[in-house]
Amino acid sequence: MNAIEVSQLSVAYEDNLVLHDINLSVPVGKLVGIIGPNGAGKSTLIKAILNQLPNKTGDVEILGHSLDPKNHLVGYVPQRNAVDWDFPTNALDVVLMGRYGHIGLFNRPKAKDREKAMKCLKSVGMGEFANRSIGQLSGGQQQRVFLARALAQEAEIYFMDEPFVGVDAATELTIINILKELKAKGKTVLVVHHDLQTVNDYFDWTVLLNKTIISSGPTRKIFTKENLQQAYGGKLFFMNEKHNEVLAERGGLNAIR
Amino acid sequence: MNEFWVLVTGSLVGITCGLTGVFLILRKMAMIADAISHTVLFGIVMAFIITQSLNGIWMMLGAGIAGVITAYLVQVLQSNGLQEDASIGVVFTTLFAVGVLLITLFAGNVHLDVEHVLMGEIAFVPWNTWTFMNLTMPKAVWMLLFVLLINILFLLGFYKEIKLSTFDPIFAMSIGLPLVFLHYAFMTLVSFTTVAAFDSVGAVLVVAMLIVPASTAYLLSKSIKRMIILSMLIGMLSAIGGYYFAKFLDASIAGMMATTAGGIFLLVFLFRPYEGLLMKKRKLVNMNNLTIKS
Repeated sequence: MNAIEVSQLSVAYEDNLVLHDINLSVPVGKLVGIIGPNGAGKSTLIKAILNQLPNKTGDVEILGHSLDPKNHLVGYVPQRNAVDWDFPTNALDVVLMGRYGHIGLFNRPKAKDREKAMKCLKSVGMGEFANRSIGQLSGGQQQRVFLARALAQEAEIYFMDEPFVGVDAATELTIINILKELKAKGKTVLVVHHDLQTVNDYFDWTVLLNKTIISSGPTRKIFTKENLQQAYGGKLFFMNEKHNEVLAERGGLNAIR
Repeated sequence: MNEFWVLVTGSLVGITCGLTGVFLILRKMAMIADAISHTVLFGIVMAFIITQSLNGIWMMLGAGIAGVITAYLVQVLQSNGLQEDASIGVVFTTLFAVGVLLITLFAGNVHLDVEHVLMGEIAFVPWNTWTFMNLTMPKAVWMLLFVLLINILFLLGFYKEIKLSTFDPIFAMSIGLPLVFLHYAFMTLVSFTTVAAFDSVGAVLVVAMLIVPASTAYLLSKSIKRMIILSMLIGMLSAIGGYYFAKFLDASIAGMMATTAGGIFLLVFLFRPYEGLLMKKRKLVNMNNLTIKS
């Protein structure tokens, strides 16, 4: 059984086909990078899988079931800038929101839920900021709070939309270590990612996307110059030249064969 | 005794509007409140035309439906390519105008005159009473208590859902919260609150009572619970203070209540700790002094 099985998925806004004919299988226990140029539909793919778009066709199966929030199979980290961080609440409260699905309608969070939320907050290194207003946190700290909230969901499959955008190096390291821990526990993690240089270090499975799946599979097999060229279209030559240079400096030329 | 009932009515307006206002502010829907406060006129008139009575329940129902229609139409225009503010402007002016037309056409002889609807008259509230379970209170007080109760029950039942769907709707959707239901339920509550506060302060000033105390509380709060309590207190204070100022100056009570709310906002905006304008200025001066000394 695969973690995610997508067949014939398409998304259209008015006349504009944003994603078409997506067929995708991701095995359980992979740390997956979703890579592609701007406008390739990376975030849209996640939202479509999570059934957040009305104008979507096709089938999605999560661990063999159709998507149902009551299963608590899915954890989600939306883009950080999707919310208003001036909202009057503190870090622990936001993490506690990750428990709401388990707590259910009409019930209040219990001491046990607070303990779990606190544990998740500590695991991202934010324990001392529990009572801090979220507006007073740095971008990296806010991203960690979002990650902690997803951890509090105790899901099997995690979707993360650009968790590394606008965060400091320490936060990026914390996040990637936590993602690797999740993978070690047999969870599946899908990350929308921008930085081509880190793909090889971070992900053991890669999905190359540009409106449709260009290629998908183990990173070392499919993260090739040819596939990247195809995914990035016209921008490729310039990008790849620059890319080779940087990779060479970091001693990772074998990244692109 | 009359003075007592005016004060009770005013305080209830402040408390009920203060409570609803908190989530209007947090959901960035202040202008929707403005729209609904006008389109409930349409709902009230329609209710009158259909039932031929000025019974509070029918008015409330008509207003509730009008509020939901307003929210829905704004949503429809918006998702079909019009900007949000333009959508609100188109919907509420049109429905309000239809309401005014209907009054002049079908309800000319009734107590529902336009000026009353726009400005309200809290001084008349004590004379229009209703007896229930041997308790005689002004109708407006009954209505306000009823709406306050509904608001409180709704918040007790859906507090964490409304909080999450306000803060992060995308995440809320991913865990299966009924976003559409919450949105329209809340819009209905705003409509109810507006009608209940209508008789006393009128359609225009009810917006002030919905938005100004909650905005003041927002400036002073780091948690929603604190914001709710402060907002209700400030709403009540505005009503009571407004009444006595109006009495002193022999001016419009509703006008003075809204003015007092505005005055409290201004004071908080200028003098609140840490982030108030004056505090910022003083800090700046202090810093300048420091740099000059060193």
